Amino acid sequence: MITLLNFTIGYGQRILLQDVNAEIADGRLTALIGRNGTGKSTLLRAIAGMNRQYTGEILINGTAIAAMSHEQMARTISIVTTERIRIGGLNCRDVVAAGRAPYTNWIGRLTAADRRAVYEALDAVGMREYADRTIDRMSDGECQRVMIARALAQDTPVILLDEPTSFLDMPTRYELCTLLHDLAAGSGKCILFSTHELDIALNICDSVALIDPPGLTVQPSVEMARSEQLRRLFSLPGKSTEFLSGIM
Amino acid sequence: MKTRNSILFLVLGALAVLLFLLDLAVGSVSIPVRQIVAALFGGDCPEDVSNIVLNVRLIKAVVALLAGAALGVCGLQMQTFFRNPLAGPYVLGISSGASLGVALYVLGAPIVGLPAVFMSLGVAGAAWIGAALVLVLIAAVSHRVKDIMVILILGMMFSSGIGAVVQILQYLSRDEALKSYVVWTMGSLSDVTGVQMWILVPAVVAGLVISIGTIKPLNLLLFGPEYARSMGLNVGRTRSLLFLTATLLVGTVTAFCGPIGFIGLAIPHVTRMLTGNSDHRVLMPATMLSGAAILTACDIISKALVLPVNAITALLGIPIVMWVVLKNSRTFAS
Repeated sequence: MITLLNFTIGYGQRILLQDVNAEIADGRLTALIGRNGTGKSTLLRAIAGMNRQYTGEILINGTAIAAMSHEQMARTISIVTTERIRIGGLNCRDVVAAGRAPYTNWIGRLTAADRRAVYEALDAVGMREYADRTIDRMSDGECQRVMIARALAQDTPVILLDEPTSFLDMPTRYELCTLLHDLAAGSGKCILFSTHELDIALNICDSVALIDPPGLTVQPSVEMARSEQLRRLFSLPGKSTEFLSGIM
Repeated sequence: MKTRNSILFLVLGALAVLLFLLDLAVGSVSIPVRQIVAALFGGDCPEDVSNIVLNVRLIKAVVALLAGAALGVCGLQMQTFFRNPLAGPYVLGISSGASLGVALYVLGAPIVGLPAVFMSLGVAGAAWIGAALVLVLIAAVSHRVKDIMVILILGMMFSSGIGAVVQILQYLSRDEALKSYVVWTMGSLSDVTGVQMWILVPAVVAGLVISIGTIKPLNLLLFGPEYARSMGLNVGRTRSLLFLTATLLVGTVTAFCGPIGFIGLAIPHVTRMLTGNSDHRVLMPATMLSGAAILTACDIISKALVLPVNAITALLGIPIVMWVVLKNSRTFAS
């Protein structure tokens, strides 16, 4: 479970989120939505420990991330960023195996248990047959799946994904999010991902975390679908919000 | 995959040993391989021959092996750390920094009369300081500037700037100092004396041993510093470790052999092509072996043609660098 306590973050003079108190629950897929530039990536990076320029606290299952060591963080949170990873000469198995780094010895030797975790992760994203293919020769969707498998192999209670569905076509987006939903439900992990797809957020995810600057509202997606807040933030000025009702 | 790697290591190892022996055999006096083996392992051999083999050629050959491994490993580390195929000790200005240290030591110290403390450092100390200073500067810049191309361009500008300073020093220097400096810049594996070996061998071996400890961090750094950190890597500590090894490896090699260009950049690419693998558990030892073999081969050619080794490494290395540039421009374009 991710807990934000009196959380404030911004860049220089510009405040993105202020005094946020929120909880993101385990065993659920939560979509983080908000307009461009409202701080979706900033929030994810802060939770992942990549941005420490904030006040307040971020707790994972009750422990402040500020107090965690590198190793502890790596065993608690895994992240899939927007960066597209294309490494020549590295096959999918090696990519996923990198996720075992927090558990392996100084030279990164995989034990039988590590190898099992790697194949389980590949199975979970349906990429086992691709284990020997190199990552630079795969489609964006396949690559994204492998990076998610890597995060799964890292075996952390929290998984963060920054816009995992961009670059993907419609069916692949739905497949990927359904996969994430099933993973959260099956493993009890807390999975939080940012997205611009309102339809996916409201139809597939369990909860939605909506950035309404400078606040953050977390609600089950069923309730969020009826929310006035969402309509206000995502409607076009002077136009009806009719287009939203189709997906809600 | 496993068998392919084992075969590759065997072939590279055998090649390195073979070239090492050949390096002992080639020189101004031709010595049959049988006598070389005898001189090495205490067999029946004339004293003057065993003298040449043990005191001159053996040192040279060992230096070639170590220098090749050192430059290759440094190139590999820099390419992975900066995530750029064109990074290398020469391009980033590490060799130039070491050169500046040596130039100040050989040329500058006699002109301005630097304090005795500096003189007692020796060529190696001066080169280490020069290499370390450049690395600190690169670290400071890369902390603020995330674009690797900017850092590479700055590295090249840096090298040119250092070149200009060295030219000024040369212009102001006396003949003897100038001559010894110019000979040094041509890159020579033969000027290393027995005493210097006591600095070179431990320093390079230490650098190579530490670099084995960077295998797992480098594998994580393939994903970039952010992913590496998210998988538990202490990126700051790894950077310090990499810069320490670069200082030890490139500083030492440059101090005793002169700036040897392009080999550090080219060797990792040759090795990647041979292994077809980006896993540093394979790449690191393979780079050491192929680096040792390639520089020994360069040394043999330079002795056979009586040319400075620097010219040979450049002539062999530059086509490989050009191939890398063209290959990358194709991938980015598609």
